[in-house]
Amino acid sequence: MPPVTNAARRILAAAFAVLIFLGAANTSEEKHLSIYSSVATYTLSVTDRAGREYVGLLEVLEPLGRISARVDGPHWKMRFNTTDCDFVTGRTHAKVRGRDVDLGAPFFIENSRGMVALSSLSTLLPRFLGNPVNFHESARRLFIGNAATQVSTQLDSSNPPRLVLNFSAPVNPTISTEPGKLRMVFTREPLVPPSSATSFDNSTITQASFSESNGVADLTVTASVPLMATFSNNGRTITVAAIASGTPATATQTAPETGSGVGTTTGTTTRTTPSGTETPVPSGTPSSPPPVPVHRLLAIVDPAHGGSERGAALTDSLAEKSVTLGFARLLRHELERQGFAVLLLREGDDTLTLDQRAGSTNAAHGAIYICLHAASEGSGARVYTALLPVAGQDRGPFHAWNVAQAGALPVSQSASAAIVGEMQKHQLSARGYSASLRPLNNLLMPALAVELAPGPNGVADLPSANYQQKAAAAIADGIASMRDRLGAGIVGGGQP
Amino acid sequence: MIPRHLMLAVAALLVLVLAMGIYLGQMRRRAMEAQRFSDDARPVAPPASGPTETVTLYVADDALGGLRPKSAQIPLPGGRQQRAEELLRALLRIYQQPGAPHPLAPSGDIRSIFLVDPGAAVIDLNGAFADQHRSSILGEQLTVNSLVQTLAANVPGINRVKILVDGNTRETLAGHADLSEFFDVSNVGQTLTQSRQ
Repeated sequence: MPPVTNAARRILAAAFAVLIFLGAANTSEEKHLSIYSSVATYTLSVTDRAGREYVGLLEVLEPLGRISARVDGPHWKMRFNTTDCDFVTGRTHAKVRGRDVDLGAPFFIENSRGMVALSSLSTLLPRFLGNPVNFHESARRLFIGNAATQVSTQLDSSNPPRLVLNFSAPVNPTISTEPGKLRMVFTREPLVPPSSATSFDNSTITQASFSESNGVADLTVTASVPLMATFSNNGRTITVAAIASGTPATATQTAPETGSGVGTTTGTTTRTTPSGTETPVPSGTPSSPPPVPVHRLLAIVDPAHGGSERGAALTDSLAEKSVTLGFARLLRHELERQGFAVLLLREGDDTLTLDQRAGSTNAAHGAIYICLHAASEGSGARVYTALLPVAGQDRGPFHAWNVAQAGALPVSQSASAAIVGEMQKHQLSARGYSASLRPLNNLLMPALAVELAPGPNGVADLPSANYQQKAAAAIADGIASMRDRLGAGIVGGGQP
Repeated sequence: MIPRHLMLAVAALLVLVLAMGIYLGQMRRRAMEAQRFSDDARPVAPPASGPTETVTLYVADDALGGLRPKSAQIPLPGGRQQRAEELLRALLRIYQQPGAPHPLAPSGDIRSIFLVDPGAAVIDLNGAFADQHRSSILGEQLTVNSLVQTLAANVPGINRVKILVDGNTRETLAGHADLSEFFDVSNVGQTLTQSRQ
């Protein structure tokens, strides 16, 4: 029997890691933590370990300031803005600014990510941020500083009766209906209601109840007749009213950005996107909306550069590799929100060669590959597809390495156009190009690169979580609009 | 009394030291001269011989995000290889002027161009060209497209172009544009059409 070489061992380990990832991607119910602050709203995946819920501290803090971390043996040393801290694997205490902080559960490192128990965030985050935090731990919703949207309810008992919901900030919930109920799910808004349920002395609209779980807030209005919702006041007011007899039962929801519009009706579920477009999905059963049996597509997100390869020097102190990593994490959240399984090619400051990136990506058999870059020149964003070189020769069943992308290029170009279109909808200037950029040429699946350029505030926008999130949302929307054409790389059933 | 042979030896050593000092001074002057030339930002002088011809240079424009064709009259020698080198040097002079639409390092230069049958051209850039190039996908790709398109448009028969740096294959120009493969002239030409749309 021939000896197993190091290369073979590495390939086996990579294949094993991919299998584990695919298995994880197939999980139907993933846990999420939503974080609301004045600078960014974002959702992170939560990991279970020894009966406790954990989250990556780097991901929690990344959108809130400048952060760097490194692994030093059992130590995980992190710097957030000017705050230094030291965590040690297996210990339940950490040093933040030289002072001891109780973590409540053992700290551990996973793929260079420092993982802390969710329960420790209430005590840990104020040390870094200097702001109080309000953590609804059972619902996994964390409010930083004054981030909160209040809602008040007012019932107008005229015929037909109307329930007016006034919000302290614009909202854009996903609305679904079922007989006798209208349900609003708030995924991005820091909604904090005055009480869990309000009953009304009315025979038509009887109750408005609030619940929160798994990083989202849910407001359900109960009635004895079908309901519809109308937005007004630039998204600050939602009016829920009984549908007058004779109204067509296929009304659609208009996004709050348009000022006002009509909400959903019986039997139809409508999902709004940040840009205000609609994605109808099948209606649910009368009791509760069931999971929709849709396959999850695997998107591979590659934060370009990393480790010793710093990329462009965007400023004297800001390297391209740092911006791409933060941007990639936000894109992962946005894609997950759109129902994609997401594989990040690097989670930390790791050096990866272009061949390693291409090999890992092809082995994962994803539906699409998105490489993220950043530049200090120009403005907005640029989306690239492969500019193929002179073709090498195919060898038997194997594609020529340097033009492996050829078969998928038309879909890549369509995806690029879709993303450019979504970016323009999000008020980001964008344009599509072709570029001789590896590893795009070497990939068998649709592949593109996005280069984030400065925004209205110049280079200062590049590390800004708000700016990155705007671009990430546009990319995710563009890719989601291509879902039907991204057929390869289906990784199993699940809920989008 | 000092022996005669010892005096002769000391005298010989003194002469040797003097000669080495003079040689060292000359070496230093040569090194400084070479350094002065390498830092010289002035455009390279056009060739003294050869008829003046009208050529089309494809000039990268950062603001446009594409190439602009520009007619220019430059003296070109007869040989294909020398003609190709002068073309790209004329292009480079545009990028090295103050206020250029796509600025490149003043010390960047075309070392030589090799035309290899059938239809292949190899451009050899100096190290400063790549080392001092701005790092971005668009900026690097515009440089590559400009070199390839200008060469293909003015030297008939070229359908693929390879770019070397200091005579060696380099992975990227400045961290992004891939230089490890031959550029397909027709594919690069298509990007020019796209940028005009």
